[in-house]
Amino acid sequence: MSHPGKIGRLLIKMLFKKPATLNYPADHSGMPAGFRGKLKFNSLNCIGCQMCMRDCPAGAIKIKKTGEKQFEAQIDLARCIYCGQCVDSCPKKALEITADFELAQLDPAKLKVNLNAANKNNP
Amino acid sequence: MHDSGDVKIPIGPQHPALKEPESFLISLRGEKITASSVRLGYNHRGIEKACEARTYTQDIYLIERVCGICSHSHSTCFVQAVEEIAGLDIPARAKYLRTLIAELERIHSHLLWLGVAGHEIGFDTLLMYTWRDREVVMDILAALTGNRVNYGINTIGGVRRDINAKQKEEVLKAMDILETQTKYYIDLAQNETTLLKRLQGVGVLSHDDAQRLGAVGPTGRASGIDRDTRKDDPYAAYGELDFKVISVNNNDVYGRTLVRLGELMESFNLVRQVIRKLPEGAISVKAPRKIPAGQAVSRYEAPRGEDLHFVRSNGTDKPDRVKVRAPTLANIQSVSKMLEDRYLADMPIVVAAIDPCFSCTDRMVALRDTQNRKKNTVPWETIRLKGIKWYKDKGVDFASLNKKLSASF
Amino acid sequence: MLRALFHILIFPGLLFLFVFGFLAEYADRKLYARFQNRVGPPWFQPIADFIKLISKEEIIPEEADSLVFKLMPIFALIASSVAILYIPILGERAVYAFNGDVIVVLYLLTIPTFTYFLGGWYSRSVYSMIGAVRSLTQLFAYEVPLFLCILASAMLADTWSISGIAAFYSRHLGYWFCNIIGFGVALVSLLGKLEKVPFDIPEAETEIVAGSFTEYNGRPLAFFRMSFNIEMITGASLLSAVFLPFGLNLHPAAVFLCYILQIFFIIAAISFLRALFARLRLDQMINLCWKYLAPLAFLQVLFNLILKVVLPR
Repeated sequence: MSHPGKIGRLLIKMLFKKPATLNYPADHSGMPAGFRGKLKFNSLNCIGCQMCMRDCPAGAIKIKKTGEKQFEAQIDLARCIYCGQCVDSCPKKALEITADFELAQLDPAKLKVNLNAANKNNP
Repeated sequence: MHDSGDVKIPIGPQHPALKEPESFLISLRGEKITASSVRLGYNHRGIEKACEARTYTQDIYLIERVCGICSHSHSTCFVQAVEEIAGLDIPARAKYLRTLIAELERIHSHLLWLGVAGHEIGFDTLLMYTWRDREVVMDILAALTGNRVNYGINTIGGVRRDINAKQKEEVLKAMDILETQTKYYIDLAQNETTLLKRLQGVGVLSHDDAQRLGAVGPTGRASGIDRDTRKDDPYAAYGELDFKVISVNNNDVYGRTLVRLGELMESFNLVRQVIRKLPEGAISVKAPRKIPAGQAVSRYEAPRGEDLHFVRSNGTDKPDRVKVRAPTLANIQSVSKMLEDRYLADMPIVVAAIDPCFSCTDRMVALRDTQNRKKNTVPWETIRLKGIKWYKDKGVDFASLNKKLSASF
Repeated sequence: MLRALFHILIFPGLLFLFVFGFLAEYADRKLYARFQNRVGPPWFQPIADFIKLISKEEIIPEEADSLVFKLMPIFALIASSVAILYIPILGERAVYAFNGDVIVVLYLLTIPTFTYFLGGWYSRSVYSMIGAVRSLTQLFAYEVPLFLCILASAMLADTWSISGIAAFYSRHLGYWFCNIIGFGVALVSLLGKLEKVPFDIPEAETEIVAGSFTEYNGRPLAFFRMSFNIEMITGASLLSAVFLPFGLNLHPAAVFLCYILQIFFIIAAISFLRALFARLRLDQMINLCWKYLAPLAFLQVLFNLILKVVLPR
């Protein structure tokens, strides 16, 4: 039995419900925990084996030597595809993925970041 | 085929009806379509060639990005082929987790299709409601895998992330919510007059035509072709799960809608079975970096139909040849047949009913000139030089452009 | 003279129509969004759209007729703005009322459809030509029921002036029930005239890009969109004056409030119907109009004729 306007009752009900869309950017609550966003680098654990560089599908990470047994990671945020393969490939767990995804910049040069967290000589 | 008296109107490559670029040239007489021809290739990105320059681990992510909606399908199909060549036996828990993500992807893809179909016939309310429900699945997928599309859950030898008890409960709760909503949509599809008027009798493809033109997936199953790779050639955990293959005999867009809605209900059951039967164990085995020489064909039932991957390896850590045949390539030939003698207003919904994904489809197709019996394969360097010369004839010189671009950085 | 200028430019002329048009568009879009469980645009969205379009560059295709291209939006705007001078807003009497103005108003409300056709045809793009032809084809389907319903109402009131109709019904409120079928049919026909779903076939976004308005941009498009809003208000005012004759004899402020409420009721009904249905195909729409709407309108005319003969004067 078909009749037009079957969705009518639902429409009226929806009028009194809270809307399903968010008022972004005032309301940030969209992403769940465990979302793959920006990388975090713990240079104390890095041994400079460059396995992450070999496995990166986009060529976004570069490990540079800054001193005796000290390394820093240079990430190109524009090239990174946030897959997390480098996190899995690292034998010493020096890389970690956070849920930070609001990474847009107006200046393209700012998208190449140097990560050297917990570095002994650099405060 | 195109009568000179008719108005020829191009639908595409850019058109609001198509979500991805594709060119249909339609001959109109008044409001009736008299002839149509299809032209593919606007989304060709050279992925198959790019696979040969990257290692197998990097290729997983590249193949995943063939398509945004069926990304897990392509990634799993590729990984299955590589694992077959390497002779790896992946643990049962990994197989079940792959199946879980596969069915969640099927749910999100079919809900997306419902919304797009609603939009193509001007029923925007259906679009908003189904996409709001789809957000439930997207949030689950983001919590389980770390991303809403392009999940990156596969690795050669198994999966990368495990599921804990709290996530299992959330998945089951989401299935209950979605099942209630899908039952409402089934009721709506069968009883709303304006929907029935737009969907019934439109895009008719008889059983014989479907078999002759090679339709796969829901397009074929709506014309009575009872084939589903999950039943005919079980992969991952499908051999141990209990489900029905939905096939109707309506032969039109309404049939395709019913098939997809039925598959949604089956997917909810499958997810519940997987969560219940999930075995304990490791989630991956160690895979070698260099895959021994060999070749394998792997098939997978993507939301749009049968997806085929061919991988040939030569003992190094980079594949020798990867070939992807997406389901839309098999379905696109039936669009011309479906559009015969229909109205222009039916064109968007007919194209949308095969659930086109042209990003999946545009791969290299080898054409053989059977009349002259000559095989004309053009080598890579020839194509490159031809391209440079074509642009130079139009006044664009790449050498100077490259210098200008590198100077601006 | 000054009084005439006031009526043409301020109330109920251009300024009132512009402001009320923006409000009406906001109400329509907000209600439509809330039906679909979305937040919807903020109150200044229609004004922002208008200002943005006016400030953009005007690009006229080479093969298009540039004079017709630029003139059609202005004709549409003028036609729908003039029509409101003959429709009673504050009370029973319109600003300029005379016997026969119902015909003039119906004619003026048909002019925008012709401008959509001419504008689309002379844009010379394949999509706009198809949209233009569809727009005219649709005209033949919904005009007849709309005219018949208003005619039925006018027949019972024994006058050819809208102000006369409003006066008659507000004095004999019992006769309002006789025109219920007419009201329903006129509402559906109004949807066709305003080219809203399920009758937005000439402007079907997924089939022919934007129909007659595919090549329009900048100031002409701003005026066309303004003419949509004003046509909505004028059409709703006509329906409200002919079929909803409530509160016409009270204090002027209360009369204005009643008028606003009636207009918003009709706009809410339009938004509801927009969210409720899918878009019909052209042949299905013509079938619907000639198989169901036109017979109902004939029925209403017959009913009113019998009533006129039977009832005492």
